[in-house]
Amino acid sequence: MDHAEPDAAMAAPLVRRPGLIDRFRGRGARRPSAKGVLQSFTLTFIAVVALAAFLSPLLRSFTVSIKSPQQNSQVDGPLLPYTAASFTYRGREFDVYQVPMPDGTTRELALVRKGRTSSQFVDPKDASETLITWAGQWRTLTPAYSLDPQWHNYVDVWNQINYPRLLFNTIAIALIGTLGTIVSCTLVAYGFARFRFPGRNVLFILVIATIFLPSTVVVIPEFFFFSKIGWVGTWLPLLVPAFFANAYDVFLLRQYLLTIPREMDEAAAIDGAGPLRTLVSVLIPQAWPVIIAVSVFHLVYSWNDFFAPLIYLSTNPDLVTLPVGLASFSGARIAVNPGLIQAGTLMTMVIPIVLFLVFQRFFVRGIVITGVEK
Amino acid sequence: MTAVSLPRPRLQRRRPLSPLARTEMKWGLIFIAPWIIGFIAFTLLPMVATFIFTFTNISLDQKTPLSFVGLANYQQLVNDPDAWGSLGVTLRFAVLALPINVFLPLLVALLLSSRHLRGSGLFRVLFFMPYVVPFVAGVLIWETMLNPADGWINEFLRVIGIADPPDWLRDTTWVYPGLVFIGVWGIGGGTIIYLAGLQGIPSEYYDAARIDGAGYLGQLRHVTLPLLTPVIFYTLVLGVVEVLQYFLVPLVLNSGTGEPGGSTLFLNLYIYKNFFTYQDLSYGSTMAWFLFVITLVITIALFGTARRWVYYAGER
Repeated sequence: MDHAEPDAAMAAPLVRRPGLIDRFRGRGARRPSAKGVLQSFTLTFIAVVALAAFLSPLLRSFTVSIKSPQQNSQVDGPLLPYTAASFTYRGREFDVYQVPMPDGTTRELALVRKGRTSSQFVDPKDASETLITWAGQWRTLTPAYSLDPQWHNYVDVWNQINYPRLLFNTIAIALIGTLGTIVSCTLVAYGFARFRFPGRNVLFILVIATIFLPSTVVVIPEFFFFSKIGWVGTWLPLLVPAFFANAYDVFLLRQYLLTIPREMDEAAAIDGAGPLRTLVSVLIPQAWPVIIAVSVFHLVYSWNDFFAPLIYLSTNPDLVTLPVGLASFSGARIAVNPGLIQAGTLMTMVIPIVLFLVFQRFFVRGIVITGVEK
Repeated sequence: MTAVSLPRPRLQRRRPLSPLARTEMKWGLIFIAPWIIGFIAFTLLPMVATFIFTFTNISLDQKTPLSFVGLANYQQLVNDPDAWGSLGVTLRFAVLALPINVFLPLLVALLLSSRHLRGSGLFRVLFFMPYVVPFVAGVLIWETMLNPADGWINEFLRVIGIADPPDWLRDTTWVYPGLVFIGVWGIGGGTIIYLAGLQGIPSEYYDAARIDGAGYLGQLRHVTLPLLTPVIFYTLVLGVVEVLQYFLVPLVLNSGTGEPGGSTLFLNLYIYKNFFTYQDLSYGSTMAWFLFVITLVITIALFGTARRWVYYAGER
């Protein structure tokens, strides 16, 4: 016995090793066979193509956003915002062409004097030079284009739809609503996770059932009620309900609280902590991953919400959020330049995407809990 | 012997509660009070109110005195060709969109969970990312993508030899696949749920199937899909509720006019117009209740079929 112990300790790594290798084998880290490499390559290639197609609208939106209305309305126009190059020579503007020179090079020259069989050009880089005569039909030449992105579209839309105001509204509504959601949902989830009371299971099933409830069946009286008490045209119909918990986030928080051992709060209770004290100093410090998830969920949800701000805030354009402002801006689109719409659109999605990229682990975990564990 | 604690409701006899249990109950109810109040104020009472509204002539401006009108709203509904037309629009779209919304995320999840895929973490993040793009932004971006003259969808179709690609959002038939395109950025949520479901399948099952000679498709058919049926069912039920209420995309695209030719006048859009544009709360409520009953019937029917095809590992 005495000397079996060190033996076992010595043997342990040896015994464990094959197990580890087996595990890796099971998961596909087999010695790379030609077939495996080919499969990896094919599958990764398919994924890249699918992803490129899936995200290509972003690139399309970006190219539209940096074009002028003329560049956008050009059918079969180039992908990037090009403008035909021109050059001002002696007070007049001339088009620039790509001219093949006798020595085999191509130069970009401004066509100054057109002729049927030979024309005269000037070099925009060195206008003092004497005119260059080129033999050939100028109509066969390709015009020279220069890259001409319209970055000012972003500034223009910023000013036209009062972007700073809408940004402030969107952020304020999202932050206040998130505060209300975290406070109320944490309390409710704590109630469901830690206390026994009659009807608890039935009530919890009711919580989950509301996830599946079509909101159409409640929206009309809600609107009627809020309009009768004078809340339409204020932020209150968007903010107040957030302080009364919602099914998704209660479910998410409750599932997480259930994983925290009860012994921790019992120890706190023995030390004389009341239920609220236990929540604040024992459970919340351990539940921060899920609290972050709920915060990010609500921030993104509120940022992207369209219907509630549309029906409750449209009467007062100074109070609307970015999605509503953007939709009404593009609604008058006959007169509007598509470059501005896309510039505004891309600016609106920066914050949700950054939030997602920073907190994506919490985000994904939250969706898994609400989606799979029900 | 180890005590296995099953999450089973405790059997309690009806007995006067001990003071300790009573304190516990008091605290529990205090903590869930926000939800109870919210549920009553923002779900229960509005639902009841919607139902009562259906028997009245209530409207936002109330030009005629408020009164009960019996079943007049229901009669109007039965005889309203626009209401039935909009239900037809909704169902037509659902038949196309629902299978795609349920199975496209599954397909992407299968791709992303493959052990042959390199860099799957990065792919997961990027496939999910459009899910957080604001809804209005997504609609406006896809609208330029579907532009008949220079949108990239039609540019691509012309490259592969389709000389005359459709005018997606202005054609009464092609508008439905057009709307499906617009919805495709929403697959991220479903994909993540499927991925988690795939991870939950014990690898022993695959080993066993392989030993029995199953190839990739055999494993997919006999292991993956049966064990994923609970997730498919969940996605399907939520998808049904969602697609029956569909209307925000057409509302943004053409301010809710139902263009082209009424083909995007969805049932919920028609409800929205009645209560918001025409301020007719009673008729809007009648149709809202109608939509609710349709949703409920289809959902219950789905749950009825679940016993036959949804597999729960824990079931005895």
